[in-house]
Amino acid sequence: MAITIVFAALIIIGFLAGIRLMQSPRTALWGNRLGALAMLFAITWTFIATGQGSFSSAIIYVVIGGILGLILGQSVRMIHMPQTVALLNGFGGAASALVVWTAVLGYGGEGTIMLFWGTAGLALGVGSLTFSGSIIAVLKLQGLAFRIPIQLKGHGHILRVAILVAALLIIINMSFLGLYFGQFMPFIALLGLIAGFLMTLRIGGADMPIVISLLNSFSGIAAAVAGLAVENLILSGTGALVGVAGLILTRIMCRAMNRSLLAVLAGFIPGAQVKTPPVQEERLSFDAVTGISSKEGGEELTTEEAVTAEAEKAVEDTGQAAVEDKFPEESLSELLQNATRVIIVPGYGMAVAQAQMAVRQLTDALEGKGKEVKFAIHPVAGRMPGHMNVLLAEAGIDYEKLMDIDAINPQFAHADLVIIVGACDVVNPAANAADGTPISGMPILDAEKAKNIIICNLDEKPGYSGVDNLLYKQPQVITLWGDAAQTIPRLTAMINN
Amino acid sequence: MFYAMFIVLIAAALLGYRVISAVPPLLHTPLMSGMNALSGITVIGALAVYATAPAGAGGWAAAALILAMINVAGGFWVTERMLRMFKGKKRESEVQEIPWQ
Repeated sequence: MAITIVFAALIIIGFLAGIRLMQSPRTALWGNRLGALAMLFAITWTFIATGQGSFSSAIIYVVIGGILGLILGQSVRMIHMPQTVALLNGFGGAASALVVWTAVLGYGGEGTIMLFWGTAGLALGVGSLTFSGSIIAVLKLQGLAFRIPIQLKGHGHILRVAILVAALLIIINMSFLGLYFGQFMPFIALLGLIAGFLMTLRIGGADMPIVISLLNSFSGIAAAVAGLAVENLILSGTGALVGVAGLILTRIMCRAMNRSLLAVLAGFIPGAQVKTPPVQEERLSFDAVTGISSKEGGEELTTEEAVTAEAEKAVEDTGQAAVEDKFPEESLSELLQNATRVIIVPGYGMAVAQAQMAVRQLTDALEGKGKEVKFAIHPVAGRMPGHMNVLLAEAGIDYEKLMDIDAINPQFAHADLVIIVGACDVVNPAANAADGTPISGMPILDAEKAKNIIICNLDEKPGYSGVDNLLYKQPQVITLWGDAAQTIPRLTAMINN
Repeated sequence: MFYAMFIVLIAAALLGYRVISAVPPLLHTPLMSGMNALSGITVIGALAVYATAPAGAGGWAAAALILAMINVAGGFWVTERMLRMFKGKKRESEVQEIPWQ
């Protein structure tokens, strides 16, 4: 007994120390390895403690699972990290549900009956919910199914009823009746599956980071509660760690997106009810254009922006040709040559365009000319917390250059040039300027404070929030609509010439 | 036993809160995939119930073992791969970041 507690404490301290090492990119790799080592000890200890020799058939399943996991871990691409994490969350949740399921089948009334049925029911429900929710999230992220948020008839009602009934069944089981009504357990699992399915079904693209963080938390909570049910110290302690981590990240994501968790789960999609902030449409024409140095570039933009104001649809057809013809070479090359401090703002659009390497080459070219380059990373750039950092690191960009929102915002005012690649909502000044939009009050990157801005977005449609980007109309901005994988190399070429 | 478990659970949550909050946004994805691997700790629960599973229930525990191990191995390995990509300039000493003025 005493040795169990000591050993459990050591394992959990090992995990905590691993996370502590993850506080710095220099030591994070060792933190992960320490975590893996502690996990190895925990598994070995359990093998010994449960009296299964190394020849037990259990080891076969452990090895099979381990090999499958390594294959999965080796084969996924960094851009697919959100769905990988979601899939693994789902497996963890399902495993916890199956653990209590097996425990229930073999339960003969030992221990505290009430606690057993309460925790077993809860772990089964949360584990099932995590599983089905994660699978839907994977399908959405991978683009296999349910790409657009789906709202069924009476969606919210069914979801609430499913959760309430599941809670009721757990309470009935807890009232010392579990031994007679253990048959309720399959229904709890089923209701959990339905709830997870409904919960995730109506979530849209850019809300994914919140859902993945939440599912991560649920997989931890399921493990922690399963740990209580099967009376396992290490399981409940470690599960609690994961649950807390997921909740912390969920809160950070919600704040960064200016959404409340309930609004996200209720399927409130900001783009669905577009409230365009009062844009000063009149201002866009001549004032705006003369601000852009060169006459040639200026004139061309006038026509392009005039078209914009006329009708948004028309641009779509002529847009491609317009970009080709009206590439304001001179003013751009002047800007690029004269800037000494450059900030690049990457968004998910960069990842979609697969333009990471192009951005890396642009960075190298700028630095080759003795310019300073930094990256401004918004917390929700990407489809999971911190995703953009991984994508840029993969492209070989030093992590010292990747700055988070608090560190970079005071520096925009001192930047000569900001290059925005596939980012919209996170640089939209409407967040500060306008009231009553879905992004009002959302923390944004203060790109508008820079002297000059080049925007390399696909088109001028609003981002996920559905709010028109006020930045597009500002005088210091040059917009290059089109595929960033093609526009960025052209900028690079201008620097090298 | 229940009280011991409850105390461990709360203590882990509180300590975890402190340590996890201090992880910079730069590393949030590896943090999450690492924590994801930790949620595979349920494999030890699976081992325990596998040992005592009644006849006919072993299959459920075996499925739990496989799923949890995919979670553990996959989670730690993607985290390893990601963190290997985070490279900084090799510098002799810690150079302080000088903000632009």
